[in-house]
Amino acid sequence: MFSYPFMQNAYMAGTLIAIISGIMGVFVIARNMSFLTHTLSEIGFAGAAFGIFMGWQALNGMLLFTTISSIGVGELGAKSSRRENSITAISALAIGLGILFLSLANSNASYATGILFGSVIGISRQNVIQMSLLSAGVLICLLVIYRFLKFDSFDPIGARVEGLWTRTLSVIFLVLLAFSVSVAAQIVGSLLIFILLTLPAAAAKYFVHSVGAMAGLAVVFALLGVWLGLYLSYVTNWPVSFFISVIEVICYFSALMYNRVRS
Amino acid sequence: MADTILKLNDLSFSFPDKPVFSHLNYNLTTGTFLSIVGENGVGKTTLMRMVLQELKPTSGSVEFLPNRQAVNVGYVPQFRNIDMEYPLSIEDFVSLNQAGFKLPWRSREEKRRVRQILAETGLVDVCKRPLGEASGGEKQKAYLAQALLDEPNLLILDESTASLDPIAKNELLTLVKQINQEQKLTVIFITHDIPLARQYADSYLFLKPNHYESGLITDLTDEKVGKMNNV
Repeated sequence: MFSYPFMQNAYMAGTLIAIISGIMGVFVIARNMSFLTHTLSEIGFAGAAFGIFMGWQALNGMLLFTTISSIGVGELGAKSSRRENSITAISALAIGLGILFLSLANSNASYATGILFGSVIGISRQNVIQMSLLSAGVLICLLVIYRFLKFDSFDPIGARVEGLWTRTLSVIFLVLLAFSVSVAAQIVGSLLIFILLTLPAAAAKYFVHSVGAMAGLAVVFALLGVWLGLYLSYVTNWPVSFFISVIEVICYFSALMYNRVRS
Repeated sequence: MADTILKLNDLSFSFPDKPVFSHLNYNLTTGTFLSIVGENGVGKTTLMRMVLQELKPTSGSVEFLPNRQAVNVGYVPQFRNIDMEYPLSIEDFVSLNQAGFKLPWRSREEKRRVRQILAETGLVDVCKRPLGEASGGEKQKAYLAQALLDEPNLLILDESTASLDPIAKNELLTLVKQINQEQKLTVIFITHDIPLARQYADSYLFLKPNHYESGLITDLTDEKVGKMNNV
């Protein structure tokens, strides 16, 4: 399996995606941003389609759209009652735009499915290098703001009382999330990216009780999904995103059951 | 004469449609356990938001002595979003207040400091328990421990006992009183529970709409409370 360059690339990219998604997921869950993450992935679809329309790499279009909208959504997000409806509206617009750009770009249906559902063979060595750089950037930023982000995500009231720069933190986090969505969408596709950014962390929180341990276990769950998913996809020739979603859903429901039995 | 840590100078506050309080003057002496009492809606939390500098007074000022930098305020808020599924252990929750541009993992000294605070607040035995599964009293102690971690010299408890049963109320306030006496920590305890205030506080500040009264807690007799309620 590893004699094929595309499988080597897929495993390298998948590993990066699992690490980033697992760690970011812990904060996505703590900040109740699962729905927003899903919307960012749809915005990513529109961005990728725009990239193809413009003759760019899909990843660059994704980065452009998700980064701009993450800052915009952060501003909208000030009032949570307004947030849900705004996110739904933006989500609808993003899918509409994605379809338009794909149609204008005259690209065939396989392009669309590639963006929406991900692909193993589509990853080149150059993609891997670009994803490595982006992942390293996200990880370094996370390391720098980790203690602040942890406080603000797991105790926003306490963080506000202690005078933390919570607004700026929120925007930085959303931009990091936009980058993570764009990177991760390369393998699992934009429709299923929220699986890796939410389920591993949501499962981890039932087993361990510190932020560091949750991040570690979430990375393990994400790696399990991606590595096993890639292998099963190679063997069966079925879509990798199908296997990843099944494995992550099994992890999550097992965690729920464990929690029920424990309590 | 004992030092003053906080002065309310002719402080007034009104929302656009409604005055909350006016011309409030009060000197808070270092080491005092002050209870701010009054019914819901008289502006107790509003007053504290001004002390925390989250709200600007309509007129007058809140003054810290000898200066703002010298006073580190610890605040234990009334509400927190901690549900049954909240994942962090009590120890990890308390240590959240060790923010800064630091490495993700805590240093030995940071861990020692958290352990010390957990011991002071009687949480050592339950420190590995998820906060979401802790009792109401343990939660309030954890909030207190988190605020104490920052070594405040002025601690504000905002209705911290409101949701607790009588035993947990007394346990929490006994603990706060002990820290107040041993470490000369100035405490502001906001409550509408006057008997509880009488039991633990040294002084009181009684807020009523457009009226206030202050003094030693021993002067807060039933007769005075009745008189204030009729204002």
